[in-house]
Amino acid sequence: MASMHVDIVSIEGQIHQGEAAMVFAHGEMGELGILPRHAPLLTRLKPGAVRVRDADGSEHSFFVGGGILEVLPHLVTVLADTAIRAKDVDEAKAAAAKDRAAKMMANAKTETDIARATNEMIQAEALIEFLDKAKKGHT
Amino acid sequence: MAGAKEIRTKIKSVKNIQKITRAMEKVAMSKMPKAQARMRAARPYAEKILRTISHLSQANPEYRHPFMASREVKRIAFIVVSTDRGMAGGLNTNLFRAVVRAIRDWKSKGVESEYAVIGNKAATFFKRVGGKVVAQVTHLGERPTVDQLLGTIKVVTDAYRAGEVDRVFLAYPQFVNTMTQRPSVRQLLPVEPLETAKLPTHWDYIYEPEAVDLLDTLLARYVESQVYQAVIETTASEQSARMVAMKASTDNAGKIIGGLQLAYNKARQANITKELAEIVGGAAAV
Repeated sequence: MASMHVDIVSIEGQIHQGEAAMVFAHGEMGELGILPRHAPLLTRLKPGAVRVRDADGSEHSFFVGGGILEVLPHLVTVLADTAIRAKDVDEAKAAAAKDRAAKMMANAKTETDIARATNEMIQAEALIEFLDKAKKGHT
Repeated sequence: MAGAKEIRTKIKSVKNIQKITRAMEKVAMSKMPKAQARMRAARPYAEKILRTISHLSQANPEYRHPFMASREVKRIAFIVVSTDRGMAGGLNTNLFRAVVRAIRDWKSKGVESEYAVIGNKAATFFKRVGGKVVAQVTHLGERPTVDQLLGTIKVVTDAYRAGEVDRVFLAYPQFVNTMTQRPSVRQLLPVEPLETAKLPTHWDYIYEPEAVDLLDTLLARYVESQVYQAVIETTASEQSARMVAMKASTDNAGKIIGGLQLAYNKARQANITKELAEIVGGAAAV
């Protein structure tokens, strides 16, 4: 079976690299499932999970807080804004982040503050949803 | 024993200085590995985003982003990244020298420059020498985040977009290894793509959403990552340079103490001899 190289990086470090049979991601225009020899594609990602299926069928999932996805026929690059390893994500942290965002929203003064707060809220919600799914075992 | 006493006070003060420099050396030594690890961790992102941009420059989009098109140079901007604190040997001085040289080169071609400064030392330097400082951010701490840098970056990229500056350079003390840090002044905008393996000649990405919007995000991220990389490389350079500089000062203080000790012993000996001579002289008189 054909495979492709996958790199998931965030500014804080390398998250994942290796060969994969399929990659799933939340594109801004909709859900994406990428197989080897996909047409070149460049898209923004929504906060959520990026799942990588290896050639042997095992799956890894990573949380990204948005970012950019580049697809070439044999190369997939995820430039994540904040990507944390799923197992490292701690639920309390997500709740705290959401709490912070909500608090910030409550005493937001300017438009940019509101925009930032909304953004944090969306990220926190996506993270919580991701964790819920991970707990149920069908990530 | 007037002379000896003075020397003794001097020895004491040099010893105190030595204690401080030794402590600073140890602190820098313990902070260094973490700073270097952070620097290495950020490298893959910088490499990957440059790779994506290099691919992009070989594609044939109907739209060329201004960050990728070079134009006639009339005005330039420097983003100068320095440390917040001194006691790091010639790290900042060497950097400023390199920047000033670059500014002079451009000036001889009739190109004026403006500056965005990151780090306290660069801020005070440009305050002293003068020059148009358009943005500044200082006191980033040991763990700088991209968040802290966004404002400064935006000022510069907005100026570039508006055509106020035609080129942007990034200057920072590049980390070569623990013993060597080299001042680096390199072009940030327009982006100079890497030579990559040849891709088919006529192709383009599918862009989701619009290419304009997407390339904007991508290139903004690219600039952010480059500046962030420069900043954390500066912190790594800072700790290494400080460690080396403080080790040298500790050694120098040791040498000074040795010299002073010798002078002190001589003075003491001379004093004893003098006293003996006096006693002997006194006894002879009786």
